[in-house]
Order: sequence, then C-alpha cells, then structure tokens
Amino acid sequence: MVLLTTEPLNPQQAVEAILTDSDGAYVQFVGVVRDHARGRTVVGLEYQAYVPMATAQLEKLVADVQARWGLSCAILHRYGYIPVGEVAVVVCVASSHRAEAFDACRWAIDTLKKDVPIWKKEFCPDGTFWIEGDDAVPAP
Amino acid sequence: MTIRVLFFGHYRDVVPSGEKSLTLPDAATVADAAAALAEAEPRLADLLLRTRVAVGAEFSTADTPLHDGAELAFLPPMSGG
Repeated sequence: MVLLTTEPLNPQQAVEAILTDSDGAYVQFVGVVRDHARGRTVVGLEYQAYVPMATAQLEKLVADVQARWGLSCAILHRYGYIPVGEVAVVVCVASSHRAEAFDACRWAIDTLKKDVPIWKKEFCPDGTFWIEGDDAVPAP
Repeated sequence: MTIRVLFFGHYRDVVPSGEKSLTLPDAATVADAAAALAEAEPRLADLLLRTRVAVGAEFSTADTPLHDGAELAFLPPMSGG
C-alpha cells in the first residue's frame, strides 16, 4: 500500500493497511521534520515530487520487500510544505518475527531516499536551500 | 520530434514552469536533448553531470533514444524521506 499526498499523514493508517492476525510484529519508521540541518535552523520543508514516477517507485519498493522478504509493506509520503514537527514519511513492515521486519524497513527507507524522485527544500531564517543528495543549493 | 522535458530541484529555479517543450531531429537521444538545452541556457549545461534521467517515468541513460511525445525528466540527487 502506497500513499503520496499533500495532506497530513496518519502513521496508524500504514499499520491498518497491512497488519494481519498472522503477524507477530510490525516495525514502523516515522520521519518527522526537524528544526535543524547542516548547522542551520530549519523552520519547515517543502517536498517536491515527480508524482507519477515517485508513486511507481514507491510501489516498486513495496513489491521488492514482498519479493525479497515475503513481507507486507506500506509507505506513506507527504509532499508540499511541511512545518517542523509534522510527519513527512512512514514506512511500515509487518512480520511474524521481528528480525526480518527491522531489516526490510531499514532497506525500504534507505532505498526510498536514493531512488524515489522526491526533493526537499529547506526554509531557514538565513535563506532557502534545495537539498540534492549531499549538496545544499541556494534557492532565490 | 517534439518532447516534453521536466525539471526538478534547483533546476525549477532555472525553468520556473518546471517544463519545456523541445523539438529535436529524429533518432535523437537523451544526450542530444541535454546538449540542446545546454546550448539555449548555460545554467542547464551540467544537467547530465548532476542528474539521473527518466524517460516515460522510468530510469534511463544518456544513450536512451527518444520518440515524439516522450516525457524526459532530469532528476537531481534525491532527498525524500
């Protein structure tokens, strides 16, 4: 299950989408907008998405978790402006046992950051910056 | 052929609408499209050095052939999550 939306995220929605009676655990990663980055104060982030491709890539991640671990995965990602303290991303993996759920969840969020076409723009008191991998490119 | 080119990240500040229509010779590739864009706008000259590309919303390479109506996207290093 995948959701890419400009609306606030409810992490429990990811759990409810995948949890069954045969699961003994779920592992959930919840990414929240924090108030600092690279030594700068951050007041909010704007996420930009290439929506059709990002949706397809998120669906591919879910399919890959199923193929590689045999586990159900749900991913929610918000885009548009998100203030500090609000949820930007949720990755949830359900499993009979915890070890593979941790592995799969970690793999999914790490791969998401590399391969899903979504970008963040940081709003700081001293300027605005596009974050492109390790680079912070000043925005006008 | 005429293709649609999409820009993301800081390239949105170079191309504020986020997209351009580009007319290219038949049999043009992604690299040909990048060269035509660089010629028209120097701030797009580093596109192939700094971005991955997608044709039709699938990861592609500089050698990927284009076709009339194709959607070509230049994807800077991603920062979702």
